[in-house]
Amino acid sequence: MRKPALLVSGLAMATLVTASGCSAFGSDEPADLQVYSARHYGAEEVFAQFTEDTGITVDFLAGDDAELLQRIRAEGEESPADVYMTVDAGNLWAAADQGVLAAVDSPVLDEAVPKQYRDSQDRWFGLVMRARTVIYNPDNVDPSELDTEDTYAGLADPTWDGRLCMRGTTGVYTASLVASLIDLHGREKALEIVEGWVANDVRIESNDVLLIDAVDAGTCDVALVNHYYLARELEERPDLDVELMWASQDGAGTHVNVSGAGVVESSDNPEDAQALMEWLATDGQDDLVAGNQEFPVNADVPAEDIASGFGDFDPMPIDAEAYGSLNAEAIDLLAEAGYQ
Amino acid sequence: MTQTAFPPPPTRLSARGPAQARIRRASSRGRPGWSAFVVLVAVLVAAPVLGVLIDAGTGQAPDLPRNVGDMVLTTLLLMGGVGLGTLVLGVGLAWLVTAHTFPLRNVLVWLLVLPLAMPAYILGFVFLSTLDAAGPVQSAVRGVVGDGFAFSLATLPGCVVVMSLTLYPYVYLMARAAFVEQAPTTYDAARTLGAGRARAFFRVLLPLARPSVAAGLALVMMEVLTDFATVQYFNVQTVSVGVYLVWKGSFDFASAAQLASLVMLFAVAVLAGERLMRGRSRFTQKGGRGSGLRPAPLTGARAWLATGVCLLALGASFFVPVLRLGAWAVERAASDRPSALGGQFGEAFVNSVVVAVIASLTCVTLALVMGHALRLGGGRSIRAAAQLTTFGYAVPGAVIGIGTLLTFAWADRTLEAVGVPGGTGLLVTGSVLGILYAYAVRFLGPAYQAVDAAYASVPTTITQSALSLGAGPVRLLGRVHAPLVRSGVAVALVLVAIDAIKELPLVLLLRPFGFTTVSVSVYQLAKENLWDQAALPALVIVALAMVPVFLLFRQVRHGDRGSRP
Repeated sequence: MRKPALLVSGLAMATLVTASGCSAFGSDEPADLQVYSARHYGAEEVFAQFTEDTGITVDFLAGDDAELLQRIRAEGEESPADVYMTVDAGNLWAAADQGVLAAVDSPVLDEAVPKQYRDSQDRWFGLVMRARTVIYNPDNVDPSELDTEDTYAGLADPTWDGRLCMRGTTGVYTASLVASLIDLHGREKALEIVEGWVANDVRIESNDVLLIDAVDAGTCDVALVNHYYLARELEERPDLDVELMWASQDGAGTHVNVSGAGVVESSDNPEDAQALMEWLATDGQDDLVAGNQEFPVNADVPAEDIASGFGDFDPMPIDAEAYGSLNAEAIDLLAEAGYQ
Repeated sequence: MTQTAFPPPPTRLSARGPAQARIRRASSRGRPGWSAFVVLVAVLVAAPVLGVLIDAGTGQAPDLPRNVGDMVLTTLLLMGGVGLGTLVLGVGLAWLVTAHTFPLRNVLVWLLVLPLAMPAYILGFVFLSTLDAAGPVQSAVRGVVGDGFAFSLATLPGCVVVMSLTLYPYVYLMARAAFVEQAPTTYDAARTLGAGRARAFFRVLLPLARPSVAAGLALVMMEVLTDFATVQYFNVQTVSVGVYLVWKGSFDFASAAQLASLVMLFAVAVLAGERLMRGRSRFTQKGGRGSGLRPAPLTGARAWLATGVCLLALGASFFVPVLRLGAWAVERAASDRPSALGGQFGEAFVNSVVVAVIASLTCVTLALVMGHALRLGGGRSIRAAAQLTTFGYAVPGAVIGIGTLLTFAWADRTLEAVGVPGGTGLLVTGSVLGILYAYAVRFLGPAYQAVDAAYASVPTTITQSALSLGAGPVRLLGRVHAPLVRSGVAVALVLVAIDAIKELPLVLLLRPFGFTTVSVSVYQLAKENLWDQAALPALVIVALAMVPVFLLFRQVRHGDRGSRP
């Protein structure tokens, strides 16, 4: 009977390893701050630098936006989370709306974070910014073909029939772009724009890198992507046949979204949590964008080379709260227009 | 809901006569201890699912997406297409490798399971980035035939093909286990009576394997139902995609849970369909193992054709993604930047292995004992309770995760209310125990399906004989049932182990601070599109998942040898 023996020894080994594993995390002193973060990229380095600068230690748990928010809510008053970090203003708005985030009264944050990138009641603050704009293949597109006043609406023009690629509705990017269009133009006009994209037989990709590949290969002429994906791809492949244009520069400006954070209402260490937020918005801005080509929200801090090489641009001056409050409507509108 | 959804229990006592009648009366009362066990497992497993349903009730007025009709239709088409694809591939390949010998057959027989080892979100990206219009393959074709050539793979048919290629191993494993374990004597009899190979296969073997094939298909259907990654890459909006759209769009989990309930209705239909497909009649093996299914040697062109077919299926479903990942990994290694395998990777690796071992042993033991308990009787309600335990597999992982959180929160509040400070302590810190519980909820489905299908081929007369000869239930389990369903147990162990290694949303949602698995590290790199860094750990997942598959087939080969003089 070799099998039971194998089974028993397997179980014994498993128990042993779990036991040693558990004691490995169990014996660690909990850090001063517990951060739930949907931002993972480079987070270890950022928090290590924070600890070095301030002496405050940080444990962080990386996950997805909506799931982490739901976890904080289920944990309730007992939640260990002190700070909630996400990659989308909509989720920050939702967290504040659901009573998860506490207001922070901080002159430092008020100074560092421009008004349009933070909550009107100071429950969350944007920390880095990304722009969603047009890229095109210069072999197939003369930039003068692109509408400089309202570039997003211009893509609904029949000139772009069969030449257009965009991201699907499941990611947050398209929904927040459409939410900003609703905020800017009203629902009716926004629906007309999206219907125009659909009429142009827009091809849907599920990933920004696939969009960049498609423009480079010439299977798409224009696409909408986040600027940092192109910057990162250019870093790897400088000879990409792709150009970036800042959208709507003669009009309302390019669509932007923020990645940011807020102090959790049930935090038992709000002072250190506030200190982390302040550090992230000032001294930590460089660390936060290091290697990922996003734009710091703090105007005093420059972006990285490739991202700043795209040139200065005017962002769409809209209230970031719109992304959250109009998100469900945007998804409904996309479904109504048959965008998929 | 569950009471009416299921046809009568499949294990009917078919034998007649006074002695058996007495046993039948005895067994229809069941044995309270064993029945209670099944009910307890069902309650524990159903709790998170119920938690979600109750939470759905607290949501705002039903606010289903306006295109929910299209989503239902798409889901049905996808399920139909993938069902057909996996049926043909799974049964066909299982028959090819079981009943024939041809070059490389001994290696192919277990390699063919490997597509299961690849997490869906990796496959989706790799397939599209390699084979879609802008990928290297079509670009190369354009280089030859000119610029006009471009076709999009991101369509429903594309999704059906890719999902069939990657999910067929469920059917393949189950069908092969049935062919090996159950078929020999009956097949020999059919052949002796003059049936040709094809006729014996379609008229005798395939009907015999029906419960197993149906169980495999049910697993495929549930994978299709709960998949979020592949369908998203192929831009196919199923009901599960709708769940995420509502959740992420309205930031309201309760509304999303309402749509998740719709996914569960599909699952009820799948399981009812499975019971129907098993049919009313029960096929159980009579007599001994006979001489075994002697594989017929294929020769010449036919032999190479068989090898070619297997290699083609494997190439499309496994080698292409592995080669692409390998290319990325090499690219990364050639650059002077640090490897993704540093830092926490060792710990993540150990965690993945430990969690997979514990989860698979737990789920399979529970499934084995439940199947045994049903054999001891207890009737319809106990069988329905057992079936309830498979529902976790039909609910998207993230929804199960939230359900688990809700259950823990409720348990903690209840315990605190009766004076236990801190309650279970499971919720607040997040715990490995919580992850294991959620794994059991999610993966008892495949374990039970595989083990139950194996029980279906054990003649009820054997159970009765053992009982009437005075064997107690424990001895019956250890000495009779467990050895007889061992092929199902082995398949169940492999299925759960692989699923557990690649499982993502549950760990991501429930893990304590500092706990990570290989699957989580790959996901976090992939989410940032850092595929060159994600490639090496992704290959580690594949390599890790190969271990249980390899062990299974080594064991099967030893078993074959042992049973032949």
